[in-house]
Amino acid sequence: MANQHELPVVPFPVAANAPLQNAQLRKNLGKATHAIRAKRLALTAELPDWQDLREAGKRIKADVMRHLDTYLLQLEKNVIAAGGHVHWAADAADANRIALELVQATGSSEVIKVKSMTTEEIHLNDALASAGIQAIETDLAELIIQLAHEPSSHILVPAIHKNRAEIRELFIRTLGEETLSDNPAELAGAARRYLREKFLSVKVGISGANFAVADTGSVCVVESEGNGRMCTTLPDTLISIMGIEKLVPTWRDLSVFLQLLPRSSTGERMNPYTSFWTGVHDGDGPRTFHLILLDNGRTNVLKDEVGRQALHCIRCSACLNVCPVYERTGGHAYQSVYPGPIGAILSPQLKDMHAHTSLPYASSLCGACFDACPVKINIPEVLVHLRGRVVADKQASDRLSDKFAPENLVMQAAAKVFLYPHRYEQAQRLGQVAQTPFVRKGVIKHLPGPLAGWSAVRDTKAMPKESFRQWWRKREKPASKATHE
Amino acid sequence: MSKDVILNRIRSALAHAPDAPEVPRTYRQQSQQSRDAILHEFIDIVTDYKATLIQCSPADVSTAIAKQLNTRALSSLLIPEGLPDSYTQALTGMTLVKDNNLSALELNGVDGVITACAVAIAQTGTLVLDGGAGQGRRALTLVPDYHLCVVRAGQVVGLVPEAVEALEPAMQARRPLTFISGPSATSDIELSRVEGVHGPRTLDIVLIKESVNA
Repeated sequence: MANQHELPVVPFPVAANAPLQNAQLRKNLGKATHAIRAKRLALTAELPDWQDLREAGKRIKADVMRHLDTYLLQLEKNVIAAGGHVHWAADAADANRIALELVQATGSSEVIKVKSMTTEEIHLNDALASAGIQAIETDLAELIIQLAHEPSSHILVPAIHKNRAEIRELFIRTLGEETLSDNPAELAGAARRYLREKFLSVKVGISGANFAVADTGSVCVVESEGNGRMCTTLPDTLISIMGIEKLVPTWRDLSVFLQLLPRSSTGERMNPYTSFWTGVHDGDGPRTFHLILLDNGRTNVLKDEVGRQALHCIRCSACLNVCPVYERTGGHAYQSVYPGPIGAILSPQLKDMHAHTSLPYASSLCGACFDACPVKINIPEVLVHLRGRVVADKQASDRLSDKFAPENLVMQAAAKVFLYPHRYEQAQRLGQVAQTPFVRKGVIKHLPGPLAGWSAVRDTKAMPKESFRQWWRKREKPASKATHE
Repeated sequence: MSKDVILNRIRSALAHAPDAPEVPRTYRQQSQQSRDAILHEFIDIVTDYKATLIQCSPADVSTAIAKQLNTRALSSLLIPEGLPDSYTQALTGMTLVKDNNLSALELNGVDGVITACAVAIAQTGTLVLDGGAGQGRRALTLVPDYHLCVVRAGQVVGLVPEAVEALEPAMQARRPLTFISGPSATSDIELSRVEGVHGPRTLDIVLIKESVNA
């Protein structure tokens, strides 16, 4: 489907070039991520049992994945028993078709939306727009990027790349708020005025789900502004689209995630509003509730023994906020709705390693993401594992461009050279001679041809005139003579 | 159709998966603090999140609520079904509105709402509403710009797991739950918290301190 928000996918290092040249962007990102890091650390330190909560969160999610089919069926049964409807969507097209039909059945030409990564993943707004239905984003940051016609750059705060002055200019231009200052409270006030009438009149709400409880059939939305409550309470019809991995087995399990999520994501003890609903409630809230369960590649992730832990993610965005790569490139360079460290392991797996294959390399493997993750997803472990899969796929590929990729050829040659000592020594002697034209004062600064990219950002010490092996042999000879004599 | 496809994909993906280990419940499930310390923590944290908290004794509820509401200059106030009469009997100078299936538009014309709550959590400064007596349906505490919530000291628990346990019956009865921690807010501009977006921009809490040794 044609999509105005979909960027042409190029390798991460290419896509990262433009944002790295953008000083304003780096300043905005640096300020926001550093502020949130300090808050998160202060608030996680408040809990003496933080590590126990992380371990419990990890194990609960592991249990959910192990019995995913059972829990999904249990959830379906309980939602239906509470008067809701459940739909299963194998992929994005499936989910969009179901959602569109449900909206069309209401006769409404508008829907109000709670911020949802899942609906961004499937490009629901575009699917609705192509049928003449306008989706109105009601989360402040989503509204900002919708008005600016830009894609999201962060899981939690899609407009993190914009500062208050830029938002003020946007609101003056698009909302006609001419007397607005750049005070964040005033900017929020402008969004309140703009959206209030929509909240009170639009008959269909669409949300994602932060959690669903299999045991009770309840769905949960975690938010701050009250737009989530508006969209899940005031419309006649509510449609919630959730990834199949968003389950927890019991209500009791939520006591773990209600502690882990807000502290990790916005650095709050608790976010202002968390809503739970179970099917439909007589005299309170929507009269019709539809839950769409979305696969769209999640079962690909589930297949991979090491990679499946990416499904444990609760979308807190702590890993983005601590990542030295994300901090410098921003989210757009990842060219996926899921950027940052979690995006680097989730995006390629959702596409069964047929896209986003440069993302597992978009990391220094420093491990800050693993430390920050509230459910202990070992992101560096999965990154390395996925790099292995990318290389193995290339080696097994029938495409000549993969088979004869320079890196692949060099690595295979290196493997053969390292197999026997005499080959290794010959290669060393060859290197000592071949490097001569490039060495200046003992350092190699520029290499020719395809190696220029490597040397552009690294100074390499030249190989010594004599290798350790050569030196050892020379020094051994007199000694061994002495023994024999 | 898609249902079978998805379930089959899941089952084949998990064909050789090892059993998941048991979940260790070593996190705190019960606060070890004294009742006084828990109440102090509650007061500190709701205040930190920009709610205004007023304490009163059971005998002074009516006047404490009336006094606080007078400072807010409201012309109309929503009264949910089942709210104790003592909460509203001293109110003057404002129209008291009952929820006779008011539309969202009508709710938007009311200045504020007064409710009770189901549970409150000290650790996070949270009020939980479960639609029970004196709490009303969810829209009542959402559309008006002002919310006053009355909390009895005995409703305040220390930790999140204690609140979750207390709410288990409401959950099993399929009642909608709303956790409220401070007035509506956003962190969407430069990741710093600003109070006041779509939900009530002002949140007052009246805490009834029941006599400690009763």
